[in-house]
Amino acid sequence: MALLDIKNMLVEFPGRHGTFQAVKDVSLEVAEGEILGLVGESGAGKSTVGNAVLNLLQAPGRLSSGEVWLNGERIDQLDKSMFRTIRGKRISMIFQDPMTSLNPIETIEFQLVETILTHMDISRSEAEKRAVDLLEQVGIPDAPKRIKQYPHQFSGGMRQRVVIALALSVEPELIIADEPTTALDVTIQAQILELIKDLCKSRNLGVILVTHDMGVIAETADRVAVMYKGALIEVGETQQILRDPKEPYTQSLIAAVPPSNIKIHRFPKVALAESDGSALQDFDLKGHWLASGEAHDPKGGTLLEVKNLSKRFLVQGAFLERNRTYVDAIKSISFDVKAGETFGLVGESGSGKSTVARVITGIHPATSGEMRFAGKDLTGKSGKQEAIAARQDIQMVFQDPYSSLNGRMKIGSIVAEPMIVNKLTSGAEERNEIVADLLELVGLGKDAARKYPHEFSGGQRQRISIARALATRPRFLICDEPTSALDVSIQAQILNLLKDLQEELNLTLLFISHDLPVIRQMCDRIGVMQFGELLEVNETEKIFEAPEHAYTQRLVSQMPKFMK
Amino acid sequence: MDMIKRALDSDLFYSFRRTPVAVVSAIVALSLILSAVFAPLLAPFNPFDPSSLNLMNGFSAPMEPNAFTGDSFIMGTDDQGRDVLSTILYGMRISLFVGVLAVLFALLIGVVLGLVAAYAGGRTDAIIMRIADVQLTFPSILVAMLIFGIAKGFTPIHLRDQMAIWVLIVSIGLSDWVQFARVVRGAALVEKKKEYVEAAILIGRGPIAIIFKHILPNVLSPVLVIATISLALAIIAEATLSFLGVGAPPTQPSLGTLIRIGQGFLFSGEWWILFFPAVTLLMLALSVNLLGDWLRDALNPKLDD
Repeated sequence: MALLDIKNMLVEFPGRHGTFQAVKDVSLEVAEGEILGLVGESGAGKSTVGNAVLNLLQAPGRLSSGEVWLNGERIDQLDKSMFRTIRGKRISMIFQDPMTSLNPIETIEFQLVETILTHMDISRSEAEKRAVDLLEQVGIPDAPKRIKQYPHQFSGGMRQRVVIALALSVEPELIIADEPTTALDVTIQAQILELIKDLCKSRNLGVILVTHDMGVIAETADRVAVMYKGALIEVGETQQILRDPKEPYTQSLIAAVPPSNIKIHRFPKVALAESDGSALQDFDLKGHWLASGEAHDPKGGTLLEVKNLSKRFLVQGAFLERNRTYVDAIKSISFDVKAGETFGLVGESGSGKSTVARVITGIHPATSGEMRFAGKDLTGKSGKQEAIAARQDIQMVFQDPYSSLNGRMKIGSIVAEPMIVNKLTSGAEERNEIVADLLELVGLGKDAARKYPHEFSGGQRQRISIARALATRPRFLICDEPTSALDVSIQAQILNLLKDLQEELNLTLLFISHDLPVIRQMCDRIGVMQFGELLEVNETEKIFEAPEHAYTQRLVSQMPKFMK
Repeated sequence: MDMIKRALDSDLFYSFRRTPVAVVSAIVALSLILSAVFAPLLAPFNPFDPSSLNLMNGFSAPMEPNAFTGDSFIMGTDDQGRDVLSTILYGMRISLFVGVLAVLFALLIGVVLGLVAAYAGGRTDAIIMRIADVQLTFPSILVAMLIFGIAKGFTPIHLRDQMAIWVLIVSIGLSDWVQFARVVRGAALVEKKKEYVEAAILIGRGPIAIIFKHILPNVLSPVLVIATISLALAIIAEATLSFLGVGAPPTQPSLGTLIRIGQGFLFSGEWWILFFPAVTLLMLALSVNLLGDWLRDALNPKLDD
């Protein structure tokens, strides 16, 4: 008998435009001591399955039919008060964001002890002893002292360990972990996954690991269930699914994952993924406005030169200088970007890589140091006009496709705005033509110009963002985590598009990402950043095969390996 | 045509149809506003035309024939024989005129100052918001009275009655801008951090264009909510000022003026002179307020179902 048995689960969300089926007829089993990976892209219904098991569906969502059995006991028909003896006691959960799943105004000890006392019949002193034991088990050093602290005194990874301790505190039979490492850096992710794996085996727990990340699945899960648009596509042993997927959807999903071990030219076309009408049109750019403009730089020459660049931010303002506090986001970094290449910046959160982009583009002024773009000074020291003129050639694609487009403007105006501001065209007619061509070029079609951003998906919005960036005819394009908010199949399309555009328009790219496999696919040379310092700059192959700096070695060794 | 179709299909209209309170208050507010706008057509008498008045009709009770003239009035008459229904219809025009213009005035000042404070930050922000904080320490009706008093002092005597309405609008508007400034500043601080603002800086847009073309359209929803709720407050503020005798002059009586006149007769048994204007004010303020409440909920994405 399986530990958890889901039979024909159907979850519906009645809404204004008819009833939406979030989970369609899904049947799954989880055994004791087994980690079941539940993968799928956004909107696949994978989190909804977990929430339905826990009876945590957001209104108006409902479990319309199907059965949920836990250890031979049917739990889907229990009423709210009865369900409390299951949720948090027999089934625990670990959520994505450790910031919000702990109560910030209580100590760790209080939260652990209260949870234990609610569900177990033991004395307070026993519960306190148990709480310390749990923290030690999840690998928190100096547990007796740290248990008296508040959540904000723990780092992100440590906090997620506390959440895991909380989930284990009542000896559950099953843990549902919903994207437990998505908010964490790669080095911490590896530790947390190892911990979940150990606990599952040593305590004989069942675990449902909900994630969008194939690398996480490959490292952790025993079996994998693949979901697509609410339906269960394929279930099987992890290695069998990853190496030899039977269903076309699974095949295309796996093909879209950037391989960590080799550099490929282009990602294969993903047939079944969210259809964007994405096929890049054959487009002749010879003699076109987009390819005209200033003479392009010969390949190999230095385009951007950064010397001893520093940026400090004011954290606490005060009237007197000595009372102010600052943080150094970038500490005296130097690098060159050659014309026509893709230069990568990689690092964990807080390493200062996005700040580099914003200082180069002039969104934040530099504190000290030099920046030259094609010989022109960017810091504004030798004349503001020179910096402004040079920056017309530098554009940026942003991380969040939902906040990088003004929701109150039509796509046509968004893409046309750079040309209007910089007076690049002779009139409205020429401008509209160029907008239509740009939208064709990024694979959206010219009809998109009449619509508003909310009518597009994340991947399509990122294409619009690219079209806008291209509208000033830039020579240098900065991509700041352009795909980190996107699903893996959409990511593959966007990365392909960037590669195509780079070739056709002879662009130079600065590509910023925390995702090592993606960086490997995109870049010719890579700079590794940590705490505002540039530790190492080298050819891509060198970084991955023979990293020099100890931090780079650790980063590369801990990235989730997805074997093919 | 296309616009109407889109509006009828919008989520906002859907939420409107499904909220009975919103529908009822919209009907009440709209019929009150329309009857005020078309008062000259609807009112049985023109209360400003002395020739249509008959002092003998004074103090007629509602729906009862007058003891001297035999005339009957739906809502009775006041001491000078003016038809209460007609004075209410004309009074509502003044109340609404003052309320709407005062809110627009407050909105203009508040939105501009709020946007500038949020975008400029630093010292500019501190100065604007401290002025707002100081103003908030006085009850707004006191601020309005102060401004009204000062403005009246500067107005030549022969223009006072004519200018009173405009002075009233400015004083209520100036007492109310803080709310708009605070809400807009808060919303604009959120918008300012979004990447589309960075993108606008990158393509070379200047601060003025970014504030008004990019940030302003994205902070309008909360402004709409505040404006609706402020309208009810402005109507009440005007009524309060007029009730205290510093607002609309007796030659242009607003609802507040009517209530002031009426309360003198309350204890001598002529209740209707006070009662009907007071109920009208209540219905107007309540319906606009309820509409504002609904709008706030409907435009809040967190409460979306």
